[in-house]
Amino acid sequence: MSKKVLIADDEPNIVISLEFLLRREGFEVLVAVDGEEALNKARAERPQLVLLDVMMPKMNGFDVCQALRADPEMAGMRILMLTAKGRDTEVSKGLGLGADAYVTKPFSTKDLVAQVRQLLGV
Amino acid sequence: MLNGPAIFAASLLYLVLLFAVAWWGDKRADQGRSIIASPTIYALSMAVYCTTWTFYGSVGRAAVSGIGFLPIYLGPTLVMALGWFLLLKMIRIAKANRITSIADFISSRYGKSHLLGGLVTVIAVVGIVPYIALQLKAVSGSVSLLLHYPEIVMPGRSATLPVFADMSFYIALILAAFTIVFGTRHLDATERHEGMVAAIALESGVKLVSFLAVGLYVTYGLYDGFADIARRVAAADGLHRLATAIPTGQGYTGWFSLTLLAGLAILFLPRQFQIAVVENVGESHLKRAAWLFPLYLLLINLFVLPIALGGLLHFAGQGVDADTFVLTLPMAQRQEGLALLVFIGGLSAATGMVIVETIALSTMVCNDLVMPALLRLRGQALAGSSDLSRLLLGIRRGAIAVILLLGYLYFRLAGEAYALVAIGLISFAAVAQFAPAMIGGMYWRGGTRGGALAGLSAGFLVWCYTLLLPSFAKSGWLAADFLTQGPFAIALLRPQQLFGLTGLDEISHCLFWSFFANIGAYIAVSIMRPPTAAEASQATLFVDALKHARPVGAALWRGRAKISDLLALVGRFLGPQRAEAAFADYARSHGGVAVDVLEADAELVHFAESLLAGAIGSASARVMVASVATEEPLSLSEVMDILDEASQLRSYSRELERKSRELEAATRELKAANERLLELDRVKDDIMSSVTHELRTPLTSIRAFSEILRDDPKMHLADRERFLGLVVSEAERLTRLINQTLDLAKIESGNADWHATEVDLKALIEQSVAATSQLFRERGANVELDLPDQLPSILADHDRLIQVMLNLLSNAVKFLPPDAGLVRVSLRAGADGLEVAVADNGPGIRVQDQQLIFEKFRQVGDSMTAKPAGTGLGLPISRRIIEHFGGRLWVQSAVGEGATFCFFLPFAQTGGATEIAPAQGVHSQFVMEKT
Repeated sequence: MSKKVLIADDEPNIVISLEFLLRREGFEVLVAVDGEEALNKARAERPQLVLLDVMMPKMNGFDVCQALRADPEMAGMRILMLTAKGRDTEVSKGLGLGADAYVTKPFSTKDLVAQVRQLLGV
Repeated sequence: MLNGPAIFAASLLYLVLLFAVAWWGDKRADQGRSIIASPTIYALSMAVYCTTWTFYGSVGRAAVSGIGFLPIYLGPTLVMALGWFLLLKMIRIAKANRITSIADFISSRYGKSHLLGGLVTVIAVVGIVPYIALQLKAVSGSVSLLLHYPEIVMPGRSATLPVFADMSFYIALILAAFTIVFGTRHLDATERHEGMVAAIALESGVKLVSFLAVGLYVTYGLYDGFADIARRVAAADGLHRLATAIPTGQGYTGWFSLTLLAGLAILFLPRQFQIAVVENVGESHLKRAAWLFPLYLLLINLFVLPIALGGLLHFAGQGVDADTFVLTLPMAQRQEGLALLVFIGGLSAATGMVIVETIALSTMVCNDLVMPALLRLRGQALAGSSDLSRLLLGIRRGAIAVILLLGYLYFRLAGEAYALVAIGLISFAAVAQFAPAMIGGMYWRGGTRGGALAGLSAGFLVWCYTLLLPSFAKSGWLAADFLTQGPFAIALLRPQQLFGLTGLDEISHCLFWSFFANIGAYIAVSIMRPPTAAEASQATLFVDALKHARPVGAALWRGRAKISDLLALVGRFLGPQRAEAAFADYARSHGGVAVDVLEADAELVHFAESLLAGAIGSASARVMVASVATEEPLSLSEVMDILDEASQLRSYSRELERKSRELEAATRELKAANERLLELDRVKDDIMSSVTHELRTPLTSIRAFSEILRDDPKMHLADRERFLGLVVSEAERLTRLINQTLDLAKIESGNADWHATEVDLKALIEQSVAATSQLFRERGANVELDLPDQLPSILADHDRLIQVMLNLLSNAVKFLPPDAGLVRVSLRAGADGLEVAVADNGPGIRVQDQQLIFEKFRQVGDSMTAKPAGTGLGLPISRRIIEHFGGRLWVQSAVGEGATFCFFLPFAQTGGATEIAPAQGVHSQFVMEKT
């Protein structure tokens, strides 16, 4: 059974590129374009990994991360934060809220795929 | 009713009242609740200036010379109103140096010289004792007049009465008793007599009330007001000459001399110095006295002329002395009560003067004549005595008695002689001799002891020769030849035409020669040699009195002393109890230590010396302190160094204060600037963070697609083309973002280029719509234009306005519903400008987002749709462009009803917009269009 990955980002072109990359790796891909949608889809679909952008409308990535971690039913879910804000404080804030990894934009596709594989243990 | 016993009883009652007031004043002073700490009391007590010479004499003078009596009051009025700063400086100096008499003042100024103090005392005693005699004569005269009531008999020579039958002798004794009781209660460093001052102020009130009463009675009771008296005077022979402004025989010189003389007298008469300077409670009291005392003088002179003229009319040809009109007019009308009131008023005038003058003179005689002599002759014996305060008090009491008896004696001897009658002005001329040394001493550092001695001696001698001796001659005590032929028949030396100077009245003549000699000798001898160290240090204390915040006296002493010696020394003169209390006060104000562990430094020695100075005069105090302290004498250059240092320190500290104020201001400004910078820094940080975020986003897509394309050469052609298209569009987005960010930065920093020309807004809108028609077509939307034909042009930057229109139109397109989109563009002319509206039928903007969209990088989109394309800088830039031309850009919208973006541009630009615009040729273009 292929692993399920949720991409949450409000930039359509970034979503297209991520979707293409992950599909090519054989994962099942879900898409959300704002924070609330991301949280709802995560609860409904239980993906093994969420690629979470920080700056999103309605609910930012940090809040989504916090809400997911507060829910014991989704304890095993892996979270990879993606952000264009690469300052140290942002990185430590994301990790402090329970994200498993933090990748700054723009990213190397190779590295990102490697990170995703590692988090999913494949 | 008016008989001997009644008059005696009234006088006695009045004197008892004075005793009571003085006793009460002293008692309250001891309790620390002063009754004289009031500027009104101060001004009233200054009216001790008005003696019987005023009370009876003014009317007499007016009867002879019309308003010739006025200069005597004009002088003090001018000095109080215009020259109060002299008095203020005298007060400041006297308080700082514990100076208790005018002799001490002069002696202290010129290096604490015994000789000078003694000379001043001699001049004062010689000049003033006859003046005291005059007061006794006035009282005795008024008693004699009343005793003959109801007849009016001019007083005869008192000398015909035996001494023990002469009432004025008893009055002299009572006054001596009063003065001794309230003038020498104890020795005090400040030598202030609160009870005495209270009594004097009361007497001034009584004087004024009784004079006003008789004035009102004569003017409105006896006659029918001022106009009536004037009419009768005009009708009477020989009286109207009194009504002319300048009486004959006196001339303008006479007026000037008398005004000057009286002005100096108010400052330098011993009694005025005593009241105005020594008894002054607070410098601020001077402010009220500066107008209240002149007002008093005005009031007491108001009825002088009416009484004089009324008396002359009433007693025409009866041989009544005009000096008695104040009393004889009520008597002639059987106004017993009024006559008694006038008598009491005259008594007040006499007693007030005698009491204060005697206290002042006795202090001078004690401190500047007797003490120096005692110290010189019996210094050893004095040193052995443990408490000299009783001796000092004894000396003062003796001096009071002697002075009063001298006054009485002079009165008995001189009687009706000219020497007594004219003594008022002669006394004034005597004390005027103090003026050069006093005023010079307060304002000229160069004055020396030698100069002061020479000036005072020369002035005094000339005064004796030109005024005193002639007055003796006129009294018949000297051969009349002395006046008419000159001594030894030398005409040039005729005392009242000295060196052939004629054409002046005797007072002006004396004033001219005595001041010539006095000032000449003072200056000439002073500049012959530089001041000594002692003179220089005292000169600085006096001349700079108003500049020093703290007296620098202590800085000018160097040496060693023992606290026990100083305490014992002060105790010997002030009494041990008062000395200990004073030292305890000093200790309290210097760290609250016990007296015996005080450090006997220069300041304490100075303190002890000034305590002593109050009791025995500054010159004697200096001698006494020197006897217990080992003083290392300072050379003149050392004194000058210390004084220089003090004045340098003063200017340094002023400079420091100024600098520190400037520093504080600069610090405040820096702090504010720093806060602004920090705020700007925060804003810049936020913008940088936003900008980098916005830059990273398209970069992310570009990199991701580029890598995908690179890693997968066998990709389908359709995917490949799609991804390459995305890369290109993201690159375009990046370019746009960079351009707009730079553009905004330029506008915000004021560095943007603006090319203002006359813009036809209608054509501009049509051009913009044409440029965006492709966008509308792609979206399947329509554009409606609502543009009037005739519109004035507007001064603005054509390309920038196109930029705004394109931004608004492309924004509208983004939010239009697919295939049913409609944008309406309208243009309206108002009274002061043009308004453009771009309305769409999109989803509208929530109220809370309507301000947000004008912020940088803030994009508000429908959550269900994708994020709107664009940089988030278009609206902020557009708004700034419109604002640059003095207009406004805003949005009207509600959810579901579309959005309307409007901007308004004024015809006439206001404010700084044109100043900011660096566009070349704007003005010339503008001017050309206008012309």
